[in-house]
Amino acid sequence: MAHENDLNLKATELRLGLPGTDESDDMVSTANNNKRASPESVDDSELKANSAAKSAENETSSASKSHIVGWPPVRSYRKSNLQPKKEDSETGMYVKVSMDGAPFLRKVDLKVYNGYTDLLKALESMFKLRIGEYSEREGYKGSEYAPAYEDKDGDLMLVGDVPWDMFMSSCKRLRIKKGSEAKGLGWAV
Amino acid sequence: MHSFHSMLNYFPEEVLEHIFDFLTSHRDRNAVSLVCKSWYAVERFSREKVFVGNCYAISPERLIARFPRVRSLTLKGKPHFADFNLVPNDWGGYVQPWIESIVRGRVNLEELRLKRMLVSDESLELLATFFPNFKSLVLVSCEGFTTDGLAAIASNCRFLRELDLQENEVEDRRGQWLSCFPDSCTSLVSLNFTCLKGEVNLASLERLVARCRNLRSLRVNNAVPLDALQRILAQAPQLVDLGTGSFVHDPDTESYNKLETSMQKCTSITSLSGFLDVSARCLPAVYPICGQLTSLNLSYAPGIYSDELVKLICYCNRLERLLVLDTIGDKGLGVVASSCKELQELRVFLSDVYGIGNTAVTEEGLVAISAGCPKLNSILYFCQQMTNEALIMVAKNCPNFIRFRLCTLNPTVPDAITMQPLDEGFGAIVKSCKDLKRLSISGLLTDQVFLYIGRYAKQLEMLSIAFAGDSDKGMLSVLNGCKKLKKLEIRDCPFGNVALLADMGKYETMRSLWMSSCEVTFGACKTLAQKMPRLNVEIINENDQIEASVDDKQKVEKMYLYRTLVGPRKDAPGFVWTL
Repeated sequence: MAHENDLNLKATELRLGLPGTDESDDMVSTANNNKRASPESVDDSELKANSAAKSAENETSSASKSHIVGWPPVRSYRKSNLQPKKEDSETGMYVKVSMDGAPFLRKVDLKVYNGYTDLLKALESMFKLRIGEYSEREGYKGSEYAPAYEDKDGDLMLVGDVPWDMFMSSCKRLRIKKGSEAKGLGWAV
Repeated sequence: MHSFHSMLNYFPEEVLEHIFDFLTSHRDRNAVSLVCKSWYAVERFSREKVFVGNCYAISPERLIARFPRVRSLTLKGKPHFADFNLVPNDWGGYVQPWIESIVRGRVNLEELRLKRMLVSDESLELLATFFPNFKSLVLVSCEGFTTDGLAAIASNCRFLRELDLQENEVEDRRGQWLSCFPDSCTSLVSLNFTCLKGEVNLASLERLVARCRNLRSLRVNNAVPLDALQRILAQAPQLVDLGTGSFVHDPDTESYNKLETSMQKCTSITSLSGFLDVSARCLPAVYPICGQLTSLNLSYAPGIYSDELVKLICYCNRLERLLVLDTIGDKGLGVVASSCKELQELRVFLSDVYGIGNTAVTEEGLVAISAGCPKLNSILYFCQQMTNEALIMVAKNCPNFIRFRLCTLNPTVPDAITMQPLDEGFGAIVKSCKDLKRLSISGLLTDQVFLYIGRYAKQLEMLSIAFAGDSDKGMLSVLNGCKKLKKLEIRDCPFGNVALLADMGKYETMRSLWMSSCEVTFGACKTLAQKMPRLNVEIINENDQIEASVDDKQKVEKMYLYRTLVGPRKDAPGFVWTL
């Protein structure tokens, strides 16, 4: 009977190491302390304790999931072909943002934004200002602020002229210009 | 009765043959051949397509002897769990002996379809050399060959219609295999080389597409850039099935605009896939054809998140088949449910393939789909969590499931709300879905779920179980109740000798049984092998410890048994022991 109880627990236990290896006691989870009386009449409270302990364990031992050979069942072809793009999201593309008159600078991750609209909304919210509408001919109308950036050459450029991807790769730093300086940028010569 | 038989005997064979021509399913033809000797004889000479679900169940010589006019052969090799690294690579499943026999038997082979088999360049060269009428090669999840083998096929098969390579591991020798199609080759209808890693000569590809006016299906690999795709589409607006290559480009360019135009002209495309490398900003090029699509596979598209997916899918009102990653999220699935009323098949794959993190889909997404898509009959769903309540609702909304495969990230996770096992939920599924043929279960499960499966899943043919059950009773319920069971695969369950040996004759009615990390012992496997000569009972022991005197009480790591007419196979490697 005791042997059978062991089987019940082993079946539902998350183990470290390959399946089929001899059970090493130092890896036994705390949930094993509750033994089921018989396979048929599962005591609800014991099951809940088991499950609760297990789900607490799940959060902390997510690393052990990856040790189960062949689980989750994903074809090796799929595993080797799906590029998770994790590196991109971890490194980020942070640039400094300065605003004329603000006491300190901020930093934003350009990769987080889908495009100019997204970025400008975020800047408006971050600095509590309105930036106005972009037009190719007139720059930013309807506000005393204009967003500018420093490119690779060190030149100060108006945000919005070039495609977003190109902007992302050339933008080194953002500057929100205000007042007469903004007008100077925005107005076509 | 008597007069009926004699009436049938007056039918000349040609008439019988003509009638049998209308039977396309191999199951129907198998049934017909069992009626009487004369029907068996007529059927075997007229059978052109043969399906062999396990390449070790029969020998090529016997097959050719019975079906001398075979033109099309389908073979499957390794067991399904080989997909998940549970079977060593060189376990077996070689196609070489089959091809050699077919050559010797002077068979006029025109089609070969292989799944999970080991294919060598030599095999492909034999095919190319000895079968001048060869028309169709379909390889799924195979390995062992290189692009040199493909070059042989391209060079020599003058009437090739179909070259379809799905998810194979192919060594790329960068020998320009695609350029080997001669200028005289104009017969291609279907070309799929998505799984190849290397470059192909783009000019050759474009010329090939231009001269194959019957080309209906083209799936290129990631090395084919977007501007090349545009030129190809311009030449082949008749395409029905398209697999894109790399779908990354600056959308503010003329190339991209041309792609949009060419894509719009492809009014016949109903199936779209590829996107192994894709930029979300390029997806709008596809919007104009979304309304035509019946099949869409975005399951290899990295970095496309729910918002972008939804923008595309909301136009796909005719979609019947959708494959996506779990990045679509429950909300995205809600949009699918409201946009894709014709949906029949849905597969939601893990974006985090090592299953370490979280998925964005839960039981909510599944319920939404079941409520919105009444025609749903096939699902593969990887998810973070599940509840009985959700499964019961799904069962009520969709009684038409033929395939139901659920996989929870944590294999023994209980009902997320009640913390109970998921027995009742899956029970509802099998009770409601009377035509269920394939089932994979997951989560915290006791013997009760197997009681339900045995009682209700009367049409079930394939069952996959992992980390479930409490005792032999579970497995026994399935073996006793599921009369149509063909394939049973079990891992990490407490099923042992009592269940294995209870009904040994059952295994001759099935294709195969896989059990790994269970409780069966060597002794029991030996007993089974002794009593059932028409089964091969294989023990896979990767530690190479095939000792003569193995303790009968020792548990078996991996056992694979299958019915066969030809006894133990002779090509088993050292770590496979046929008892």
